[in-house]
Amino acid sequence: MSPEPAAVTWPPDQTHAGDDALLYGWGGTAPTRARVVTPLTDADAIEQLRATPSRGVISRGLGRAYGDAAQNAGGLVLQATALSGIIDADLERGVVTARAGTSLDELMRWLIPRGWFLVTPGTRYVTVGGAIASDIHGKGHHVDGTFGNRVHSFRLLTGRGEVIDVNRESYPDVFWATTGGMGLTGVILDATFDLIRAETRFIRVDEERCRDLDAMMASMEEGDSAYRYSVAWIDCGARGKHLGRGILGRGNHAQLEEIPKAKLAHAHTFAPRQLAVAPPAMPSGLVNSWSVRAFNELWYQKSRISHRGSIQDIGLFFHPLDLVDEWNIVYGRRGFVQYQFVVPFGRENTVRNIVETLSNENLPSFLAVLKRFGDANPGMLSFPMPGWTLAVDIPVKRSSLARTLDRFDEMVVEAGGRVYLAKDARTQPQNLEPMYPQLAKWRTVRDELDPDHRINSDLARRLGL
Amino acid sequence: MNDALGSVQSVLILGGGSDIALATAHALVASRCRTVILAGRDPESFSGAAKELRVAGATRVESVQFDALDFASHDEFARDVFARAGDIDLVIVAFGVLGDQDAAEVDGAEARRILESNFVGAVSVLVPVTQALQRQGHGTIVVLSSVAGERARQSNFVYGASKAGLDAYCQGLGDRLVGTGVRLLIVRPGFVHSKMTEGLDAAPLATNPEQVAAAIVTGLGRGSEIVWVPGQMRVVMSALRHLPRAVFRRLPL
Repeated sequence: MSPEPAAVTWPPDQTHAGDDALLYGWGGTAPTRARVVTPLTDADAIEQLRATPSRGVISRGLGRAYGDAAQNAGGLVLQATALSGIIDADLERGVVTARAGTSLDELMRWLIPRGWFLVTPGTRYVTVGGAIASDIHGKGHHVDGTFGNRVHSFRLLTGRGEVIDVNRESYPDVFWATTGGMGLTGVILDATFDLIRAETRFIRVDEERCRDLDAMMASMEEGDSAYRYSVAWIDCGARGKHLGRGILGRGNHAQLEEIPKAKLAHAHTFAPRQLAVAPPAMPSGLVNSWSVRAFNELWYQKSRISHRGSIQDIGLFFHPLDLVDEWNIVYGRRGFVQYQFVVPFGRENTVRNIVETLSNENLPSFLAVLKRFGDANPGMLSFPMPGWTLAVDIPVKRSSLARTLDRFDEMVVEAGGRVYLAKDARTQPQNLEPMYPQLAKWRTVRDELDPDHRINSDLARRLGL
Repeated sequence: MNDALGSVQSVLILGGGSDIALATAHALVASRCRTVILAGRDPESFSGAAKELRVAGATRVESVQFDALDFASHDEFARDVFARAGDIDLVIVAFGVLGDQDAAEVDGAEARRILESNFVGAVSVLVPVTQALQRQGHGTIVVLSSVAGERARQSNFVYGASKAGLDAYCQGLGDRLVGTGVRLLIVRPGFVHSKMTEGLDAAPLATNPEQVAAAIVTGLGRGSEIVWVPGQMRVVMSALRHLPRAVFRRLPL
């Protein structure tokens, strides 16, 4: 007896049963299976949450969190990307209301030709909801703060199944528990936030080669205030007196009169394209200490001692990796971890010790990025604090890596710093309280919003949030 | 939850008295593992091992009743243990008997006991355990197979047959589980100095439970599907497997 063929319906029934899928973070480690449902309307999302799935629910945007923040093993994952679009925009004052699944890419394609820009991390492929939940930062943190700093308000579907309008006055605790709250206070439905003026689509960039970490840090301390955007690339393969050498890239939005004539006609066009797609299968030995050292050496040497005033496309300056779709798979089957920490000013030694250990242990990192953070915001689990942040991508290969990163955690905790939960895939529960002193307060707010812990994620389970 | 580097936070050991399993539990506790559930026929006998695991850093160690030969109890056992423990990141199937080959050749009851403990009992409990892990959406199963299952020897073919059956079942199950978030790691040790092999003459390439534990932990980190202990066993067994029967049966194995 053959089973009845399933009736074909259109639109497909995405909102109720959902499909089981194996979900990964961007690092490609520790996948788990969940039922994935794509709500098409706010009402769909509310209905799903009220149905109280047994292992909880988490919303997921474009899956750029490196670890397990947007996974929910055995439970429900709300794929929020269909809840997208700009709801309202005031282009006089530079304020936009967008649905939570709207990507920064969509926003920029619309906003940049109109003379506006946003707080952006190193990729445009993050959603507004994810940007708030991870309280993302970018090269402009020392001036603009995080994405959350520019948010006026959002609508939040809480674990109780209620929708509340949250702003800094109406629900200050909810606002700051959700900003950086890793999606665990509820499902963000839409948000209203400030934009950044960008007269053109170009950045006027100064580049400077720094011979070691001290020189790099000194240069940043001295000069960062003259730039809206600043980030340093560090060659983690360099040793001895070259330890921590790298290239400091800083820039400001280019004004119309600074644009060369040839580019003037396109001063507002923003149509970034992907140059390449990483092939679907890559040998996992491709990223090794030799290839990474060679890459880093070339990168360092290609840059001139200093290079001032080049006019760069905004996409290239902020999102060079977006040129290659799914670049993360070059790390092979076992994936990679991104370790990002921050330590307060005055604890430069911790940064130095970690860079030194990476170099000594020959742990290759294509991308090691150093930045000086500005002020923290009141976000209870928000990552940035005044100090130095370093982010390194490390392939999962060596069995000693776990121990090395545990040692880094100890050094970071000792220095009064923290690791970034949006990147984390391996820290331990007991590190959270020292790293995030407002954790207890955050838990109180979360428990009020979601007494039965209907909102859950692999990250929350792993770290006992 | 498993972390990105293969560390687990909780483990269920079926066969809590097994030297290999306990050595593995200690290796896991030395990393991230805080919950250990020891299951076996005589849970009271685990109190010493439980204490040692607590001293080593486990915050929650429980001993529960489990009888591999009481097939009818397995569904309820799996339901209860998962309900009590919450998420279980790793299940180690470590119970089994070596049995008495000579007796098994003349006594059907002994032959059945070996097969039922090592093969039928393991499959019987793997069915509900696998389902529970799939509902959970993540987890790893480690099954202790044996090189004895790779090619049957006249000196212990009943044990070998039981492990061959288990190994074959687990190969199929492991493939079936791809994409479910649940993984299965088959461990094929050679001769291991342990309670099980006490008094026997050690075979070449003999190891101890700590070495097997280390190989398991490495395999978990790498996402391996099969681990031979020691690693050279793979080459040795591959050669033995291809020997003609007439030659193989004359070897002093």
